[in-house]
Amino acid sequence: MSLFKLTLKELQDSFTRGDASAYEIARAYFLRVSVVEPKVNAFLTVNDKEAIFVEAKAIDEELKSWRKTLPLMAMPIAIKDNICTADMPTTCGSRILGEFTPPYDATVIGKFREQRFFPIGKTNLDEFGMGSSTEHSAFGPSRNPWKLNYVPGGSSGGSAAAVAADECVAALGTDTGGSIRQPAAFCGVVGLKPTYGRVSRYGLIAFASSLDQIGPITKDVFDAGIMLNVLAGQDPMDSTSADVPVTDFTRAFKKKDVKKLKIGIPKEFFAEGLDSEVEGAVRQAIEEFDQLGGEIKEVSLPNTGVAVATYYIVATAEASSNLARYDGVKFGHRSKGNQDLLEMYRTTRQEGFGPEVKLRIMLGTYALSSGYYDAYYAKAQAVRSLIKQDFDQVFEEVDLLVTPVTPTPAFQMGEKIEDPLQMYLSDLYTISASLAGIPAISIPCGFSQNGLPIGLQIMGRPFQEEIVLRAARAYELVTNWRKKRPAIR
Amino acid sequence: MKLSQQDVEYVADLARLQVSETEKEQLSHHLSSILTYMEELNQVDTEGVSPMASVVSQANVLREDEVRESVTQEQAVGNAPAAKDGMFQVPKIISDR
Repeated sequence: MSLFKLTLKELQDSFTRGDASAYEIARAYFLRVSVVEPKVNAFLTVNDKEAIFVEAKAIDEELKSWRKTLPLMAMPIAIKDNICTADMPTTCGSRILGEFTPPYDATVIGKFREQRFFPIGKTNLDEFGMGSSTEHSAFGPSRNPWKLNYVPGGSSGGSAAAVAADECVAALGTDTGGSIRQPAAFCGVVGLKPTYGRVSRYGLIAFASSLDQIGPITKDVFDAGIMLNVLAGQDPMDSTSADVPVTDFTRAFKKKDVKKLKIGIPKEFFAEGLDSEVEGAVRQAIEEFDQLGGEIKEVSLPNTGVAVATYYIVATAEASSNLARYDGVKFGHRSKGNQDLLEMYRTTRQEGFGPEVKLRIMLGTYALSSGYYDAYYAKAQAVRSLIKQDFDQVFEEVDLLVTPVTPTPAFQMGEKIEDPLQMYLSDLYTISASLAGIPAISIPCGFSQNGLPIGLQIMGRPFQEEIVLRAARAYELVTNWRKKRPAIR
Repeated sequence: MKLSQQDVEYVADLARLQVSETEKEQLSHHLSSILTYMEELNQVDTEGVSPMASVVSQANVLREDEVRESVTQEQAVGNAPAAKDGMFQVPKIISDR
C-alpha cells in the first residue's frame, strides 16, 4: 500500500517498526504533492524538498544504532499559512504581508520541530481566515478533492484539501468561527477545534483573539488525538493559554462505546434551512449513538438564532483592531511613492487587503465607533454571555451535543462569492461553539447523492476533549465513512 | 440600517482605508444589508446581562522580570519595506516649519 494512503497512526507504526524509512516517507509525499497539487492547489508554499530529504537521511542514520522514535518524527504535516514558521514565508493568504518570513516559530511549530516532523508546506486560506471557501485567498482558491469545481470550505480549506488528497498525513488548521470544522466536513476528513485556551496561540497571526484556536485536521479521530497530545498545554508566551492538566488523549479510545454518556440534540440546529440529505445523515448518526449505548435527549439552546449576528460583530470588531498593525512600516507591503505618512497608510492598506477583509475591517470599525459601540459591540458581547449560559445550562443535563456542521454539503466555486451575508449564514452551526469557547469536532457521517461528504459535529464541555474524542472514535469505528477516499490521482 | 456613502467615507477614514468610488458603492450596499440583518440582536433581552470579556477565567499571569533571548535588531527590521541603520524608515512626519 502506498505510504501516502496511511493514517498518521499507521504511518507512525510503520516508521517505528522500521518498515518505512524517513527518506521513503519524505519521497512518497513529495511525489504525491507533485502529482495532485496542480489540480487541488492546497499549498501556498511547498517546502524545500532537498532540505527535508537531508533531514530524513540524518534521522535514518541516527536510528540505525538505536531505533528510538518520537510520535511525530518524520511525519509529513502541512501548516495553515497563518501560523508562523521561521523557515517558510507566512502570508495569511494576503498581499499585505508580501514576502514576510517570520523571525520566529509559533509555539506549536516549535513543539512539532522537537519531534522532528516534516513541515511539508504552508496551506491556502481565505485572507486572514476571513471566509468559508478559500475563494478569498489573494493567491487563488483551493479545490475540493472530491469534486474539483466545488469549494473545499474555509478558511482552513487548503489544510483540509491537502489531507483529503493525501498530500500530507495530517495538517494544522485554525478555527475562529468554524474554519477547521467546516472545511473538514466539506472534504470528508476530521477537524478538531480544541477548547479556547487549550492550545497556545503564540505565533498564530491574529484574526479575532477571543475566538482563534489552533487544531488538527486529520484522516481519522485517532490521529486527532495523537496531534492534540503534542499541541495542548499552557504556554508562558500566551497568557490566555489555560493552566489545565494535559493527559494522553489517545487513552480516550480504549472505550469503544458511549455507554453512560448523555447526548443532547439541540432542536434549534434542525430548523429551517437544513438540507434534507444532511439532516438524514445526521439523524442516522444519532441512531448509531443510541445503538452504542448513549442516552439521547432533545435539548434547547434558545439563542442559537442570533449567534451569526453576534459573531460577525465580535469577530469583525476584534479583526479591525488586530489588522491595524498592517500599516506598511514594520513588515509586508508598502505603497510606493508617498510623501505623506497618512497617505502611505491609506494606500498601503487599499492595495494590500482584499475586498472581504476591507468589508470586515469596515464592519468592525463601525461597530466600535463612537455612538455605535453600545448598540453593536456591547450588545453583541452581552448576547455572547447568554449564548455561553445556554451551553453551561445544557451541559448540566448532557455530556455531549450532536449536530450538523454545515446546513449543506460543499457549494460550487463562485456560488456565494457575490453575497457576503449568504456566506456568513453558512457558518450557522459552527459559530456557537466558537462563541462559547467549547471543544467541537467534525467527522464524516455520509455522502450526498452527488458524492460530496457530509459532516457531523460533536461538542463537549470546556476541556473535555477526551469525551468528545471518545464518542467520535466510537462512531467512526462502527461506520466506514473514513475509508471512502476521493478518486483524485 | 442604511449606510450612506458619506458614512462609508467616515468609517474608511477611521480605519485608514483608501476606498475607490466603486468600492464605496459596494461597501455601502453590503454593510447596509449586513447591519440590517444584525438588527435581530435587538430582539434579545440583555437587561442586566454583563457583556462577556473572556470565555476563560482570567487571572493575572506573572513571571520573573528577567533578561531573555529575543529577536535581534537586525531580525526585527528584516521584514521592513524600508529600513536604515537598524531602524524602520517612514515618510517624513514633522513639517519644515
